[in-house]
Amino acid sequence: MRSSILQTATRYLLPILLLFSVFLLLRGHYYPGGGFVGGLVASIAFVLHSFANGTDASMKLLGRKPLSLLPIGLGIAAFSVVLPMFWGLPPMTGLWLKGTFPIVGSLGTALFFDLGVYLVVVGVVLTILFTISLTDD
Amino acid sequence: MMGNLILAPVFIHLFTAIFQLIAWRKTVTQRILSVSGALAALIAAIALFTEVYSHGTFTINASNWKAPFAIVFVADLLGATMVLLASIAGFAVSLFSATGLSRQRMLYGYFPIFHFLLMGLNGAFLTGDIFNLYVWFEVIIIASFVLMTLGGRKNQLEGAMKYMSMNILASMFFLTGIGILYGMTGSLNMADLSEKMHDVQNRSLVGITSVFFLLGFGIKSAVFPLYFWLPSSYHTPPSAVAATFGGLLTKVGIYAMLRVHSLIFIPDDFTKKLLMVIAVLTILTGSFGALNKTNIRRLFSYLIVCHIGFMVGGIAMFSKLALMGTIFYLIHDIMVKTNMFLISGFIMQLRGVVKMEKLGGLYKEYPKISLMIAIVLLSLVGIPPLSGFWPKVYLFREAFTEHHYFFIAALILGSLVTLYVIARLWAEAFWKDVPPDIVVENKFEPLPLFRKCLLLLPIGILGTVSVYIGLNAENIIQVADRIATELLDTSSYVKAVLK
Repeated sequence: MRSSILQTATRYLLPILLLFSVFLLLRGHYYPGGGFVGGLVASIAFVLHSFANGTDASMKLLGRKPLSLLPIGLGIAAFSVVLPMFWGLPPMTGLWLKGTFPIVGSLGTALFFDLGVYLVVVGVVLTILFTISLTDD
Repeated sequence: MMGNLILAPVFIHLFTAIFQLIAWRKTVTQRILSVSGALAALIAAIALFTEVYSHGTFTINASNWKAPFAIVFVADLLGATMVLLASIAGFAVSLFSATGLSRQRMLYGYFPIFHFLLMGLNGAFLTGDIFNLYVWFEVIIIASFVLMTLGGRKNQLEGAMKYMSMNILASMFFLTGIGILYGMTGSLNMADLSEKMHDVQNRSLVGITSVFFLLGFGIKSAVFPLYFWLPSSYHTPPSAVAATFGGLLTKVGIYAMLRVHSLIFIPDDFTKKLLMVIAVLTILTGSFGALNKTNIRRLFSYLIVCHIGFMVGGIAMFSKLALMGTIFYLIHDIMVKTNMFLISGFIMQLRGVVKMEKLGGLYKEYPKISLMIAIVLLSLVGIPPLSGFWPKVYLFREAFTEHHYFFIAALILGSLVTLYVIARLWAEAFWKDVPPDIVVENKFEPLPLFRKCLLLLPIGILGTVSVYIGLNAENIIQVADRIATELLDTSSYVKAVLK
């Protein structure tokens, strides 16, 4: 059953939820938030979309299989872990660029790690939920 | 730069897995990546081992925080040896699965998960932080659970349920123990803990916590009476998976026992007695279980349980010679047990079954290959001068000086039963003629020569390592001697970590 109320609401909620997830991702280093929660919120946005418009529409919106986010996210996170080794520092050392940037604040390896976690969480949650809902049809 | 070498075996497997995820469903690329990744990890492990062997323990503090606050990765001789053994076994299994595994399993992500499993193993051997050890254990469990269920046949799921429920229980005990330990001392760094444990006033709480750890590691290494999940689950996944499990996973439990008992809970008389009783009963149940099994893989599963008892007995005596025996046995066992399951996979390729009554005539058809397998079987039994013989000498001698006559009886019985079942296996599978009513379904013969060689190569590699361990026992004894000394006197470990 398609509800037009839900569809209309989702059209406004989807960008807001995605924006909120990015907000959570960015503030995560010093305050509550971070890649994991951000990723969950972002996947909720897509799940809401799939409730309103069907899973196929959300797959189309996503543009790629959610599983393919997994290696990208893992790669970014792993890269941020080994990056300090090129400067002769132990892995996982936090490296920060000097100065602050608009919106992001200070930019460092921790942010990339969180970004990786974010992508992995979105990939895993959507893979699980979409697989369940697709086999349901 | 030397510090970064410690984590190389971990990172190589991590990146191999990531690249394989990118090459999802491209099985040829995944196979090439897997073999080259495992080879690179093996080279890194050899480099790490030689470095540690010549220059002693070295550490790296993750995130550049100071120990004991950082998660420290420590490469001492025990850890480096375990990483080296895991890498040799991992390389052999990777080669074997690249040729012997069905395409269907590769499509569902066998290789990335396999490399995550190896990453977890290497991480567990190298970490110097007890909570981090728990995290690596979780990585191992999750990866092994996926490997076990991959394929989704009914008996696989049944085995996996037993496997998972027992292992989650083990993790809970382990985690509870860590929680209490942290409450008592306020530290998770193992070197730091070993210094702080002396000051804890509440000795009875220390005793209870050590039992939590013993339960957790006992389930993982499948000792009596917590072993039953192992024989009922290890025969279900394909041989390449079973080889990794049988060769390495139970030995992580033994490794963790060695680590925890040498650093944190130095065994007192009660723990020693408890461990000795466990060891004797483990050997007895394992060997009695193996006696009447006709499925080769089930037979090997019970032999794993039986031989775990040998190692636990060594830990129970906790003297230098006994620990040397345990460590030598560990080195020998990882190589041989991995190889045994690979051989069972090879027999599966030749005959399509692993039940003894349906096998036969292997020696007549493949005399050379059979002789190669015979050497491995004899190493397992412990015919001198092959590798299984030497550690038993140490265990026997120490058991005599310490007057553990029940343990000696169990050792003799365990060895005899191993000899008996292996002799039966040889007679049934290799010497006997093929039973008349069996139609042989040989998948090995039609393969091209190149793939035949690739399938036999891992068995050959592991067999050669076993023979090396047996014939060059002197070198292995030196390594075992140094590890045992380091385990009894941990001051160099503690000094290296806390500096």
